[in-house]
Amino acid sequence: MAVPAIELRNITKTFGDIVANKDVCLTVNRGEILSILGENGSGKTTLMNMISGIYFPDHGQIFIDGKEVVIRSPKDAYDYKIGMIHQHFKLVDVFSVAENIVLGTEDEKGYNLKKSVGQIKAICDKYGFELDPEKKIYQMSVSEKQTVEIVKVLYKGADILILDEPTAVLTPQETEKLFNVLREMKKDGKSIIIITHKLHEVLSLSDKVAVLRKGEYIGTVNTAETNEAQLTEMMVGKKVSLDIDRSDPVNCEDRLVVEDLECMNREGIKVLSNISFTAKSGEILGIAGIAGSGQKELLEAIAGLQKVNSGRIIYNNPKTGQADNLRDKTPMQIRDLGVRLSFVPEDRLGMGLVGNMDIVDNMMLRSYRRGKTLFLERKKPRELALRIIKDLEVVTPSASTQVRRLSGGNVQKVLVGREIASSPTVLMAAYPVRGLDINSSYLIYNLLNEQKEKGVAVIFVGEDLDVLLELCDRIMVISSGRISGITDARTVTKEEIGILMTKNTKEGETDG
Amino acid sequence: MIIAFIQRAVMLGIPLLFGSTGEIITEKSGHLNLGTAGVMYVGGICGVIGSFLYETNTAAFNPALAVIIPLLSSILGSAVCGLIYSFLTVTLRANQNVTGLALTTFGVGFGNFFGGSLIKLSGNTEIPSIALSATSKVFKTTLPFASKLGVIGDIFFSYSALAYVAIIIAFIASWYFKRTRSGLHLRSIGENPATADAAGINVTAYKYGATVIGSVIAGLGGLYYVMDYANGVWSNDGFGDRGWLAIALVIFAVWRPNLSIIGSIVFGGLLIIHNYIPNTTFSGMELIKMTPYAVTILVLIFVSMRRKRENQPPASLGLSYFREDR
Repeated sequence: MAVPAIELRNITKTFGDIVANKDVCLTVNRGEILSILGENGSGKTTLMNMISGIYFPDHGQIFIDGKEVVIRSPKDAYDYKIGMIHQHFKLVDVFSVAENIVLGTEDEKGYNLKKSVGQIKAICDKYGFELDPEKKIYQMSVSEKQTVEIVKVLYKGADILILDEPTAVLTPQETEKLFNVLREMKKDGKSIIIITHKLHEVLSLSDKVAVLRKGEYIGTVNTAETNEAQLTEMMVGKKVSLDIDRSDPVNCEDRLVVEDLECMNREGIKVLSNISFTAKSGEILGIAGIAGSGQKELLEAIAGLQKVNSGRIIYNNPKTGQADNLRDKTPMQIRDLGVRLSFVPEDRLGMGLVGNMDIVDNMMLRSYRRGKTLFLERKKPRELALRIIKDLEVVTPSASTQVRRLSGGNVQKVLVGREIASSPTVLMAAYPVRGLDINSSYLIYNLLNEQKEKGVAVIFVGEDLDVLLELCDRIMVISSGRISGITDARTVTKEEIGILMTKNTKEGETDG
Repeated sequence: MIIAFIQRAVMLGIPLLFGSTGEIITEKSGHLNLGTAGVMYVGGICGVIGSFLYETNTAAFNPALAVIIPLLSSILGSAVCGLIYSFLTVTLRANQNVTGLALTTFGVGFGNFFGGSLIKLSGNTEIPSIALSATSKVFKTTLPFASKLGVIGDIFFSYSALAYVAIIIAFIASWYFKRTRSGLHLRSIGENPATADAAGINVTAYKYGATVIGSVIAGLGGLYYVMDYANGVWSNDGFGDRGWLAIALVIFAVWRPNLSIIGSIVFGGLLIIHNYIPNTTFSGMELIKMTPYAVTILVLIFVSMRRKRENQPPASLGLSYFREDR
């Protein structure tokens, strides 16, 4: 049997206590496409970053053409002819395509952009790219930028290409074009590793599929011998019981009615379309989906932070009985109505808390407007801070400790605690348990349950399907900015949700 | 009179040209060195110290040494400033604005302190300044054939060597940015250091290099001012706020050293034009002196409004880069 182009043996990487990759083994032959499939946080990108020299594995071995190698930097990776196309492009906007491509390369014959332009054109002709080497990056569309990235690694002579979720930003037509190019490269003897969580792409493109789940290597199967059901099961795993107390919803009223919501992001790409759902009081509505499917935009649209193109967001005010359209309100007015967003972004401090301020001052961010005198009123926020520290078991030296000095889990507790303290009528929590240990997570679940029993409409965006299944009353699944299903959390299975999450709603768009 | 005006404008513009070329090189690496004004002071006073020690301690005055000693001391002084700035902002990732302003305060103080000391040493108590006329004379050597060429000679060839050095450096810098691989790497660092890093470029080395070289070039502006423009006379605070004008010139020239050649002469002209307009009152004079700054603001407005990407400052200007940041 031929020597594999690249082989990983028992690669393990940990970040602090978190195991990002555990004993992962992969092999890719020349002229082969391997898909790496897994949910968010399953360690796909970490694994690829180790091959491309951005991270260094804790242990395990990497073999290239049968020889063991050590990859310490992106430059080493290039020397072994490994090229990675990152999800977030690494391009200089004001440079031309050619300038970006030759960046960092060395040529004994000196700097000759014209010659490079010729070489770039040759690569484009060979694989059927349409690219003008003189064009500036800032004038280009997302898919063109991706093409530049691909040509860049080919220009640097890569034989092993790694693509990190290349189709996340592409339209179906662009995706098809990309796949044709990749098939062309495969014929040319290149080895391609593609990270994705879209099952249909895996099935149509790859020769082999390796599945990761929560950092662990589940196995590799030949694409020809598998099907969607088997892959989904490998990806989401068997159901784990968590024993979260869940009471039945009582006195449900329609609190928030979203109708036909449509939003675009800053680049003018549609991130949400045809979103219609109802969030009821006394109920936890879970939102499941691959990260970046539009969860953030949806919550921000409700909170008034994201521009809405069309559709309505009706809020039924329990105090007045009035129905207000939140689209006409400012974020401040929406907050005053009792719609609270406790968004825990990936960097935790990015939204909601100011890292350099202490816990008390962060409490005041929500209450400083209530003061009647010229001077700040510190007493009440201080009491609140102390109460949160006590009730939520926040580990901190004192209430006047800067928030950024707290560990991630404690920061989250402060954030969630503050939002709950304002007795909201709608509470939106996005990834509130991300990075928390088991006990803290349960504390948050209980808090959310408490709110639900108080008659708050809770919207919970989560990534762990087991939690969603046990905590929520209903689960809404979004995929590529569309609702692919709203299910009853008590009866739905994990596999069903998994299939809904990866359902290709974009194709429906082209049909219609 | 017009010829004299142009000559004065050029002579006044040359220190600004040095300063702005140096600053452009530094800014292309993503570092906004507001310390340029201080660096120019240090460059000037270090040259003065070197030449003072040489003039007072030597019996046989050697013209070559009279140039080399101040030149090297000036380069050394401003290089140290550049190193301090880059150590603080590149390695320790201190705030660039604060560091730059501190460096300016330090540089001006450094200049005045040693200037004062030298004045005391020279025993010249009546006029608080030092005159290094012998050294200045060497620095001011001009091309011998210039005076024979009439008007053209007066306008183009009547300046001293350092003035042409300034112009040559500016042209070289422009060529370097545009036509060399290393220049491309430097620009990519100022635009997007993470991308440059991923491409295998040594970001830290380039940042240090650009800051130190930029400082040295800016320091030469201080040296030129003392030795040439001021005829070798150092007086405290004599250099004034020309360092800030050099930074304004960077914006005026939209980060292009070759444009900064013309810009520096325009600025120089605007600074002295009040002497050539008859019957200006004192307040009128001050208003006219303001024009370079007003023009810079206009350029800034114009450039910002047109939003042409090539004319914008380097995208990561003023931001520290740390690989493990996300």
